[in-house]
Amino acid sequence: MPELTLEGVRATVPPGTTVLAALQNAGLSPLRHSLSGGARGALCGMGSCYECRAVVDGLTVRSCLTPVREGQDVWRLEVNCDG
Amino acid sequence: MKALVIGGGLVGAACADALARHSALNGQRVRVTVLEPGPVGGGATAAGMGHLVVMDDSPAQLALTARSLHLWEALAPALPRQADYHGCGTLWVASDDGELAAVEPKRRAYLAAGREATWLDAAELARAEPNLRPGLAGALRVPGDSVVYAPVVAQFLLERAGAAVRRGAVTELRDGGVRLASGETLRADLVVVANGIGAVSLLPDLPLRQRKGHLLITERGPVHVRHQLVELGYLKSAHGGDEDSVAFNVQPRPTGQLLIGSSRQFEQPDREIDWLLLRRMLRRAAEFLPALEQIAALRIWTGQRCATPDHLPLIGPHPELDGVFLATGHEGLGITTALGTAELLSAQVFGTPSGLLQYDFTPARFDRVPEPAHA
Amino acid sequence: MTAEWEAVVVGAGPAGLMAALTAAQGGLRVLLLDAQPAAGGQIWRGAAAGQRGKAGELLRGVASHAGITVLSGAEVIAAEAGGQSHTLTVSAEAGLSHIHAARVILATGATERFLPFDGWTLPGVVGAGGLQAMSKGGLDLRGVRVVVAGSGPLLLAVAAGLRQKGARVLAVAEQAGLPGVAAFGVAAARLPGKAREALELAAGLRGIPYWTDAALVRANGDGQLQSVTLRRGRREITLACDFLAVGFGLVPETRVAALLGCPVTDAGAVNVNAWQATGVSGIYAAGEVCGIGGVDGALLEGLVAGCAASGQIERLHDSPRRAETQRRFQATLERSFALRPDRLPSPSPATIVCRCEDVRHGQLQGFTNWTAAKLQTRCGMGACQGRVCGPACQTLYGWRFGGVRAPLAPLPLSQLLAEPNTLSPP
Repeated sequence: MPELTLEGVRATVPPGTTVLAALQNAGLSPLRHSLSGGARGALCGMGSCYECRAVVDGLTVRSCLTPVREGQDVWRLEVNCDG
Repeated sequence: MKALVIGGGLVGAACADALARHSALNGQRVRVTVLEPGPVGGGATAAGMGHLVVMDDSPAQLALTARSLHLWEALAPALPRQADYHGCGTLWVASDDGELAAVEPKRRAYLAAGREATWLDAAELARAEPNLRPGLAGALRVPGDSVVYAPVVAQFLLERAGAAVRRGAVTELRDGGVRLASGETLRADLVVVANGIGAVSLLPDLPLRQRKGHLLITERGPVHVRHQLVELGYLKSAHGGDEDSVAFNVQPRPTGQLLIGSSRQFEQPDREIDWLLLRRMLRRAAEFLPALEQIAALRIWTGQRCATPDHLPLIGPHPELDGVFLATGHEGLGITTALGTAELLSAQVFGTPSGLLQYDFTPARFDRVPEPAHA
Repeated sequence: MTAEWEAVVVGAGPAGLMAALTAAQGGLRVLLLDAQPAAGGQIWRGAAAGQRGKAGELLRGVASHAGITVLSGAEVIAAEAGGQSHTLTVSAEAGLSHIHAARVILATGATERFLPFDGWTLPGVVGAGGLQAMSKGGLDLRGVRVVVAGSGPLLLAVAAGLRQKGARVLAVAEQAGLPGVAAFGVAAARLPGKAREALELAAGLRGIPYWTDAALVRANGDGQLQSVTLRRGRREITLACDFLAVGFGLVPETRVAALLGCPVTDAGAVNVNAWQATGVSGIYAAGEVCGIGGVDGALLEGLVAGCAASGQIERLHDSPRRAETQRRFQATLERSFALRPDRLPSPSPATIVCRCEDVRHGQLQGFTNWTAAKLQTRCGMGACQGRVCGPACQTLYGWRFGGVRAPLAPLPLSQLLAEPNTLSPP
């Protein structure tokens, strides 16, 4: 099972899991804050809404489209200065 | 008096506003109708960067941009929040000692035009903009330059002017009026042609050429800059020859995004993205701001500048058509100089004073210059 | 002259898989592109080539056919139609690639329609199909309380699926009335092979309240969803829950089609003829991108498109009859679950409509079209490029979504800075 780091905390997740599910199962909510400061989470689950973006190994990706891999370093978007 | 303004971009809106304000001040009633086939501010106004910048390619350009910046500062408190007016200033970045030599004369010219300008050495530049690559020679800082989101300003000025906006394309200029695509004819005492490159289809003899540009806006991301950043070599790109050119020009939007330019191409009337030229433009930008590699492009678009041979707009009476005034040919400076353009046009129409009258922006100037500079 | 593909299929759901396999059987060298990490599309998300049934059969067929190259995690970000050769620009992990193709089959599917209501931006409010996708992606739903609301047959399938994953589905709230839903049930049961599926679905839903004529009022919570308020008749009901799975039908995903210049119907679907050909020469479309009609219709259209693109007309002898059956089913579907303004959630002036730019209902009401509203308010200018607020504005204000431009998805500048590859056939 892949082991990754979610905001500095190690987690083991089943293969085939998305990074989004890993974040959700770890209770990391909200995923971001909107321009006016509202808490936001994933909406569409299939790559359209861009609400679930997260920083994986330094790159901003849609976490629902990103499978977990061994050693990934995952962070939520910066609070209040993302879009 | 009935006035028709062709074009609901920022230049047209500013002209409508200036005409309406003249009537409010002088008791002479001017009814202004703006003719625009698309949404207000949907052409070059939306396509451009919205950089309000003083430029000194010629004394006339310096006077027009400096006066316009002054007018923008006066307008700013009235603008709605969505206009995103933001005084970030400009840094003219010098890559090497050769470019550094251009800084001092430029600084003096700006000061003489009443615009503050200060010199930053290499260390000061690095502190001011830590994301710029190391090893740059320095920069000229022009703190009074700003950025704005122009479509909202165009809408604001039209509302303030109380101008009627009619959806309609003008197909022909006639004595005392215009003809619309619908076949309808509208009569007016004054017609202002302010539809950017669209003026060419109405007045094919004007010395105007399309100059296509690419722009890219990034996502909000971890890379921040504080000033509008322009390489000092920009004028070479802006005013160089006919070949395609790119220059480093990056703007921080108040939304936290970066707007990246710029490219120039003559005679490319399509809207397609030229991926090769785009890559050249981005590589130029990344040479100055290597951190761009870490962020993502959100949107990419192209727009058409409307260029004249001497890089100055056409503002003033048409040499032959009675009652027709031009306000077009602003190339990349239409947003910056919209307010100065409107002041000058109003002065020409009503005989009111303006310091800009001492420079020749009239279309007639080209009758006296048989050899256009680009030929 | 760069080498070109004989056919490129965009989208690896049922229609795309079927079209790719059929075209390859007709002798074409096919590239199958899909934005998701694995083939299957939304409806067959998580399906494996080893499993029984149509999904497994098609996945096996595609994987084992020597004439098909599959590229997953590849998103079309630009497209240009040419007379003889079309160009798609694709972003994938390896960077940008230009792909030249004589024929393009668009099987880009559909996305969920979201409508704004108070509280819909709270974490915990998710798409109905969205929650199903998240669950298939590994979201643990055991013991989690879910309310499903909105409109369409997808709500029932989702409710059954979520329950199977251990969720407690408290209610399914459908805006359509009972007569419409019943008519749909009858029509669905008449389709070949559908009666058993319907029975299985009914068994999976046993004990879950299904409320027709129910309106979604608001989602409540502070920073996280806590409860949902629904209206049945004149009565408001508030249910405490962890997720609100909401969807108001599906919207054809026509962005690539739009860049290629394919004409679109008033309903927002790509216009195709009996051979699934679009108005642009060499470009075909199949599946939900041509209208919402379910997996059987998508498979049939994929077959027709694959045959037409590869010239296997003889295989299509009974397709007109089958297509007619599908069309009738599709019409019943549209009628049964037509959105009724008095049952739709009503946003208040402060309700956010554009989630990327936080543009509110009150800022948008005065405009007459999408472009003007976008220019003045930034609605639709954010990362999702109007994928969520575009269809919402269409339903709320009657604006036709416009202005699709490359890149269709945010693109790392590192990809634009690097030299692009040309992805040629093997």
